[in-house]
Amino acid sequence: MKKTYKIEVDCANKMEEAAKNTAGVKDATVNFMTLKMIVEFEEGADVKAVMQNVLTNCKKVEDDCEIYL
Amino acid sequence: MNKKQKKVLQRIIIAAICIVALELLPLKEYIKFVLYLIPYLVIGYDILVKAWKGIRNKQVFDENFLMAIATVGAIALGIYRVLNGDMAEGLENGREGVAVMLFYQIGELFQSYAVGKSRRNISELMDIRPDYANIEDEDGKLVQVDPDEVEIGSVILVQPGEKIPIDGIIIEGNTTLNTSALTGESLPREAKSGDEVISGCINMTGVLKIRTTKEFGESTVSKILELVENASSRKSKSENFISKFAKYYTPAVCYGAVALAILPPVVRMLFMGVSPEWGVWVLRALTFLVISCPCALVISIPLSFFAGIGGASKAGVLVKGSNYLETLSQTKYVVFDKTGTMTQGVFEVSKISSEQMEEAKLLEYAALVESYSSHPISKSLQKAYGKEPDTSRVTNVEEISGNGVTALVDGIPVAAGNTKLMDRLGIEAREIEETGTVVHMAVDGVYAGYILISDKLKPTAKEAIKALKQAGIRKTVMLTGDRKNTAEQVAKELGIDEVYSELLPADKVSKVEELLQHKSDKEKLAFVGDGINDAPVLSRADIGIAMGALGSDAAIEAADIVLMDDDPLKIAKAIKISRKCIGIVYQNIYFAIGIKILCLVLGAVGIANMWVAIFADVGVMVLAVLNAIRALSVGR
Repeated sequence: MKKTYKIEVDCANKMEEAAKNTAGVKDATVNFMTLKMIVEFEEGADVKAVMQNVLTNCKKVEDDCEIYL
Repeated sequence: MNKKQKKVLQRIIIAAICIVALELLPLKEYIKFVLYLIPYLVIGYDILVKAWKGIRNKQVFDENFLMAIATVGAIALGIYRVLNGDMAEGLENGREGVAVMLFYQIGELFQSYAVGKSRRNISELMDIRPDYANIEDEDGKLVQVDPDEVEIGSVILVQPGEKIPIDGIIIEGNTTLNTSALTGESLPREAKSGDEVISGCINMTGVLKIRTTKEFGESTVSKILELVENASSRKSKSENFISKFAKYYTPAVCYGAVALAILPPVVRMLFMGVSPEWGVWVLRALTFLVISCPCALVISIPLSFFAGIGGASKAGVLVKGSNYLETLSQTKYVVFDKTGTMTQGVFEVSKISSEQMEEAKLLEYAALVESYSSHPISKSLQKAYGKEPDTSRVTNVEEISGNGVTALVDGIPVAAGNTKLMDRLGIEAREIEETGTVVHMAVDGVYAGYILISDKLKPTAKEAIKALKQAGIRKTVMLTGDRKNTAEQVAKELGIDEVYSELLPADKVSKVEELLQHKSDKEKLAFVGDGINDAPVLSRADIGIAMGALGSDAAIEAADIVLMDDDPLKIAKAIKISRKCIGIVYQNIYFAIGIKILCLVLGAVGIANMWVAIFADVGVMVLAVLNAIRALSVGR
């Protein structure tokens, strides 16, 4: 399943990397120009919980990024 | 400016006033030095906090860290010198530390402003998304609703000046439509009751009632927006190169800086026996760090691609990804389909020849026999006949696939088809030299004559080939299922280099594969088709271009680049847009890396000071961003 989120980002590469490495995320693409993050979840993943983890991981690599869940 | 940017601007102003005041006040140097920490903290506290958080999260090598180390380092060096009595130089170091932070913040502010601004510009350019749909409620009053909520089969009302929000069929009203947002074509298009219309067009003159045939999410305008927005997610080689480059580059310059700070003094001390001058080398290392920030590249490259894709879509050329834009710019071979691509795909009767009967009579027979067929050929016969054929006169219709049709007209056996059909019936058909599709006619078992049907060339087809040649395309090739002499004549008229005729769809794929083998890897091959039955070829070529795709989902799916209208001139235009965009990308890569390396070397040998370093970081970034925005303008 794929979902698109609106984001605030300075360094797209780091955020993409962090999101990709979160458990339950199959693939993630950060679009710097349109300020969107497309997340593909793994089968049966709890979207809400996974996205919370994605946000925490992103905050780790870039303090002032934001994902509008 | 948004809130965050305004706050930064305030801090920049406060810090700048503080610095000017300190410069003017007649204070003792060490007091000045301590007071300099006030503007430093005002302007740089968030960078220090971020750098600290970064260290705690093991994300050491980011620009916050570089800036924090460089400025804290400069100030620490200043304190060291002040404590050792070297007042003037120590104060200068402190001043530099504050200035670097100030200029870094100014640069960051400008960057976020410029990126935000161009982001908005590009989005506005592509702002074809309708905000609402009008529907009538029970009392016959108009209400504006979210287009997402309109169900298939609802009737929506579009007033003059409004965008059509959802694909559908006009059930009431006549108008002219402006399709320029979708096709880049400024000529308005007429639409009347019964016509299909697509979302994104602007209704210019009359009020329209439209029965929707799709949901908003499935409508043309939504599909196009989704495609363009996702296009920059498909990264090009240059973008991947930059990501990789940044990954190795930042640690490399950090270790380089450490080496620069430690090795020369150690060597001087141990091997040359002179004073180590730690201060000088540490300062050089810090300058080195400031210069090295890779943001100019990391930001300007995707921005260039995004601007290029945005500019192209404004011209009616949809590019599905940055990678395709890159491939398109390297195209040297262009292969065309004939029908529907170089020709209009509209067949017209161009000649009627009969020795047995009047030409009008022959045409009437042909129109009647073919009256049950929906083949393009039979449609052109109906059109030339000009009247509604009286189908009650036609009986025993038999359609023989790939041959033609036989039937009884007023009880007389009539056959219309190619030479194969005539052979089958044992009738000798005339040899025809002319170009076009030939329909032989036999009436009552006797050869009666033939009708020549030809496809018209698109008005811009010849110009399009010329434009491609001018754009440096090495070879143009045409593939067609049509007869050899027709194909060759078309190719000659248009100035196409090579032509392969009488091909089945599968032959087209193998022909393209053959062409792919005979060229070098760096020269790319583009295939241009109308996307209807050449999907396999579109995907086999290095780059597939579908044209006339407005409203055709199949073409949008199969191709890498979609020309919204069916003007072949757009092919050369698309190539030019891609070359300009890629040109800008390379300019930025060479310019940014070149200046950085130059400044790094100058910094290492001590010629470039902190001020040069600031230019190398912020100035280069600003110039690169401004250059990137050029990709947006594509000209007419």
